Amino acid sequence: MAEWINTIIQGILLGGLYALFAAGLSLIFGIMRLVNLAHGDLIVLAAFAILAIAAWLGLDPFLATLFAIPVMFAVGFGLQHVLLNRTLGRDLLPPLLVTFGLSIIIQNGLMEAFSADSQLLRSGEIGTASISLGGGVAFGVLPLITFLSAIAVIMALNLLFYRTELGRAFRATSDDLEIAQVMGIDHKRIFAMAMGIAMIVVTIAALYLGMRANFDPTIGPARLIYAFEAVIIGGLGSLWGTLIGGMIIGLAQTIGAAVNPEWQILAGHVAFLIVLVLRPRGLFPRAFD
Amino acid sequence: MDLFWQVAAWQQNKDDDRCRPASKPATARAYRSQIGAGHGRLLAALGIALVGLLIVLPTFASRNAIQDLIFIFYMLALAQYWNLLAGYAGLVSVGQQAFVGLGAYLLFALTIFADMDPILAILLAGAFAGLCAVPTAFVVFRLRGAYFAIGTWVVAEVYRLVLAQFKSLGGGTGTSLPPSVTNSVVGIEWVKTVFDVRTPAARDIVTYWIALALVSGTVFAVYWILRSRRGLALAAIRDSEAAAESVGVDNFRTKFWVYVFAAVGTGMIGALIYLQKARISPDAAFSVLDWTAYVIFIVVIGGIGTIEGPIIGVIVFYLMQTYLSSYGTWYLILLGALAIVIMLFAPKGIWGYVSERWGLVLFPVRRKLNVTEEAK
Repeated sequence: MAEWINTIIQGILLGGLYALFAAGLSLIFGIMRLVNLAHGDLIVLAAFAILAIAAWLGLDPFLATLFAIPVMFAVGFGLQHVLLNRTLGRDLLPPLLVTFGLSIIIQNGLMEAFSADSQLLRSGEIGTASISLGGGVAFGVLPLITFLSAIAVIMALNLLFYRTELGRAFRATSDDLEIAQVMGIDHKRIFAMAMGIAMIVVTIAALYLGMRANFDPTIGPARLIYAFEAVIIGGLGSLWGTLIGGMIIGLAQTIGAAVNPEWQILAGHVAFLIVLVLRPRGLFPRAFD
Repeated sequence: MDLFWQVAAWQQNKDDDRCRPASKPATARAYRSQIGAGHGRLLAALGIALVGLLIVLPTFASRNAIQDLIFIFYMLALAQYWNLLAGYAGLVSVGQQAFVGLGAYLLFALTIFADMDPILAILLAGAFAGLCAVPTAFVVFRLRGAYFAIGTWVVAEVYRLVLAQFKSLGGGTGTSLPPSVTNSVVGIEWVKTVFDVRTPAARDIVTYWIALALVSGTVFAVYWILRSRRGLALAAIRDSEAAAESVGVDNFRTKFWVYVFAAVGTGMIGALIYLQKARISPDAAFSVLDWTAYVIFIVVIGGIGTIEGPIIGVIVFYLMQTYLSSYGTWYLILLGALAIVIMLFAPKGIWGYVSERWGLVLFPVRRKLNVTEEAK
């Protein structure tokens, strides 16, 4: 019994990590209808950035993340400004294929710079600490922090969206690009800001990804798929829905793994496909697209 | 359908339509849509001659050349199917490796457990991939545009993970075809005596002919579809989904059949590829890099939405693979960067540029509208 409770708690907390993966993807899709196939690879890139900064300045991963955030923001801003803004338009192919090419470039660039070896962000005591609830029920401190961070990030993004001038510009360009331009919004700059902010979320996600388990340059696409599944399950445009979506994937994976370790990833995908068949627009749909 | 197309084409052509006597109400116009360029017969003859040359090629080509051509043929066939999906039906799939893997695994299962002839197994592998595409389509067609792309990828991952569970086919590490299977292909004995070669070389030659048959069949089938009524519907969908629907094209059904057709072809190619490789693993057979990323590169660099494009693309890709693949990661970075540059600055690819510059068409699939004036 206690084992199953542990499994379920683990699954829910793992959902926080997947919600962090998904929040950035959801944000850029919501604002500029861009589906970034390099999203997973950008998460891995951020993890390597944290790793490199931590090693270079001799910091622990949390502090190194503070340094990595402005770097990744600049990467996102520049990427959007120089490259991705050129691909946006009616045609579906350019953004898809350009981000797909980007994904291959990032993967192989990381391979060249850091080799294919597995890496881990060493988090010291916090990585192994756990809280016991008695009766054999316990959960890790790190997964809990991850989950709370996901909630904090979603709250912060909602505040940004609904309480700030930048958020108003985001919503305006999302609702009607042409009218927003007429009203004097420089949409290219707004898009670049959105990508920069998405990269901040990506860096936070990368911190927990790197502390939770080993990572190497090739694991990006799988993270993209988890993020995508969480977004679709939650319903496009709903950040809280994304958290629920992440929790469903997390639960399916940990329960699947408890039944048979080989079924972990498969169970997550199957849960996604079931939701897709039953509720094609997700559980909490908001955006129409 | 025809009417819609004719009206649309008339709108486009009305500026060049200089002999349009708007002031003569006494004439009636007759519209005829015409397909093809002036050199149809010549091009067909050249095409047949080329295929004939390729059939007899093993009599004088080296074994290396034969192996390289097998690679070119199967990549070209995969590219044609992906191009049909993405370039015509608007179905940008990143999950075609699903059907390569399914076809390949079915070939292994049928030849190892049922002692089936590999050529028959290739045909059945296509049918099997097509069958799997039906439920797959009902799931992924719920997603639109870019989400469709990732959805197809998820399904390919599901197939990969499911096949890794089959312990009798080697599970996650994969398995090999025993020589008794790879040497049992019809015709190997005949080639051995006629060409006076050893078994491995004879095997390559027979595989080469199968690959040639599949790729020329593929190019011909795609050409035939695009010239048929269904091709007209596809072109209408490509240009505007809403307009196509409004004049009576059943978008869902058209896309559905194209998707299943591409799966059948991709499945047969997958079976052929792994008959030649004789060694399979889930990670290799369902590789997104080998069976989708490279294929997308071929189509994009050659010119998407044309039959000629993938042919140019596969030649470029083969040359790069031959001369640059030893650079490993740098080679892949170059491929990714090249695809981005082409997409941004020359989205129609090499063939798009060539055919625009010199008005060249090898596979005429566009319809032209002829307007003739007749006295009432």
